[in-house]
Amino acid sequence: MIDKLNNKKNKIYLNILLAVIFAIIIILLDTERIGDNYIRRILNLSAIYTIVSVSMNLVNGFTGLFSLGQAGFMAVGAYTVAIFTVPLAERAKIFYIIPQNPVLAQIELPFVIALILGGLLAALVAILIGLPVLRLKSDYLAIATLGFSEIIRIVFTNAKSITNGALGINRIPPMPTMWVFFGVAILSVLLIWLLINSSYGRAFKAIREDEVAAEAMGINLFKHKVMSFAVGAFFAGIGGGLYASLLASVDPKQFYFTVTYNFLLIIVLGGMGSISGTVIAAFVVTSGLEVLRFFDEPLTLLGVNIPLFRPGFRMVIFSLLLMILVLFFRNGLLGQKEMSWKLIFDCFNKKKPRKKTDKGGTAQ
Amino acid sequence: MSILQINNVTMQFGGVTAVNNLNIEVQEGKIEALIGPNGAGKTTAFNIITGVYSPTKGNVIYKGENITGLTPDKITKKGIARTFQNIRLFKNLTVLDNILIANHLRINSGFLSCTLRLPWSNREERHMLEKSEMLLDKLGLLGLKNEIAHSLPYGEQRRLEIARALATDAKLLLLDEPAAGMNREEFNFLQDIILNVKQQGITILLVEHTMELVEAVVDHCVVLNYGQKLTEGPFCDCESDPRVIEAYLGKEEAEC
Repeated sequence: MIDKLNNKKNKIYLNILLAVIFAIIIILLDTERIGDNYIRRILNLSAIYTIVSVSMNLVNGFTGLFSLGQAGFMAVGAYTVAIFTVPLAERAKIFYIIPQNPVLAQIELPFVIALILGGLLAALVAILIGLPVLRLKSDYLAIATLGFSEIIRIVFTNAKSITNGALGINRIPPMPTMWVFFGVAILSVLLIWLLINSSYGRAFKAIREDEVAAEAMGINLFKHKVMSFAVGAFFAGIGGGLYASLLASVDPKQFYFTVTYNFLLIIVLGGMGSISGTVIAAFVVTSGLEVLRFFDEPLTLLGVNIPLFRPGFRMVIFSLLLMILVLFFRNGLLGQKEMSWKLIFDCFNKKKPRKKTDKGGTAQ
Repeated sequence: MSILQINNVTMQFGGVTAVNNLNIEVQEGKIEALIGPNGAGKTTAFNIITGVYSPTKGNVIYKGENITGLTPDKITKKGIARTFQNIRLFKNLTVLDNILIANHLRINSGFLSCTLRLPWSNREERHMLEKSEMLLDKLGLLGLKNEIAHSLPYGEQRRLEIARALATDAKLLLLDEPAAGMNREEFNFLQDIILNVKQQGITILLVEHTMELVEAVVDHCVVLNYGQKLTEGPFCDCESDPRVIEAYLGKEEAEC
């Protein structure tokens, strides 16, 4: 049966079938026929994590730049949405200690415009940061971007007339439908996928493979690195904007550099250089973190109170999983491959003894 | 007419002088070889021409234009492409991708129009694809276009590297030991390729230890030793020059 499915026409039908099932599930969830708010919230969060992780994979997995600034770029997007979409009438109630900057207090933008503006501002910040920092390599770049992300957070904590400082901004209007999150996620992933499979995407991969050779082939390293970094930041900013509207509030504590590690885990788990792997990992990790909350609750087994089960234990398990991952599955779920029906069918076929040796997959 | 001139170039790394007051002139349309014992400064000279190093003294003139101190990507855009002594392909990408990447430097569409697949960037992409496949066909690699580069046999990897350098529309091709480690069959094929490239009017500057190749294809030789030019001329003259023999084999004992 599997061999029958494994032809081009049937694969298209399978793809359509999958898309329809996906759409029906989201419509059912969205119209509150199945699931509850908790599940909806986790799925929306997964969609946001997908956007940010895929954007991080563009920079880290496809261009080979070890950047850890994603939380900072998210913060820029999140604060842009927060500052510009809160209704004017509510502003005074939020900025009750230090009044909002008089210019900003006059401006209210529709969500879509604020979201795009957030992305653009994040990209602009990325270009400004990138100009000095992208001349660094590997570990040094990671340290510099990590530092930048902390600087952004501290600036936002202290620019009180703009960001309301440590109190944060709440009363951000909520989104009426899940399609906002899923729609933007699908569009973002599609755009990044198109970029990666264009001539510029190939140039990014060339830089990842061998900088010296890429430069010898006429690729301007610096220009392409800044490009990849800025596009990555743009989508991180978009993700941040959606995050702000999902939580209906932002404050600087949400953008600790530890947030970036979630995305790092996702792209390592999914495979550095695999978009579909990243999407799958984003959903698995985000919902997995919720499932692991079980470890934070006190547990009594056969009348004995297990001492390990207490708040925080979840993160121990989480870190252990991360260690196992890098020890045994360094290439992640998909490595640099993409999910395709062929891959799935090959996986099934491998279990059966095959007469013909297939030259399809290449050993890494 | 000379396509490349290296004028009084000196390259020092700390206290070590790798290239000392070197003058080389490469004639357009010819095959020039740079030979000499290990450590003579051949690869350093290559790295100076391609912009990897900026020379301590002297300058490099390409087609009448001073290219000293330009970055490697700008020099490649001007029409000088190279291969590496230790093969540096984009290992995890396909053969075709390797060639397409070398086409990227001539791209006109911006990254937005490429991402959005606008008609003119699609046309450009198609053109790049056709050009790349033609080149692969010419070098006998078309059948391998979907293979991952590092899975190719050694000789084919070398050939792919030459193909990739040609894909940048180079007018001057720098080959760093292209025949190293090749078997007889691969060697003959390489020889044909080099002569074929010359026929297309592309100038070649060659670093090579396999004298058989040098003898077969080269028009003019420059012999280096300890970073200095020992002699130059047609291969047969250089070969019989006692100073060259001495550099390679050392002085004869029979002096006393």
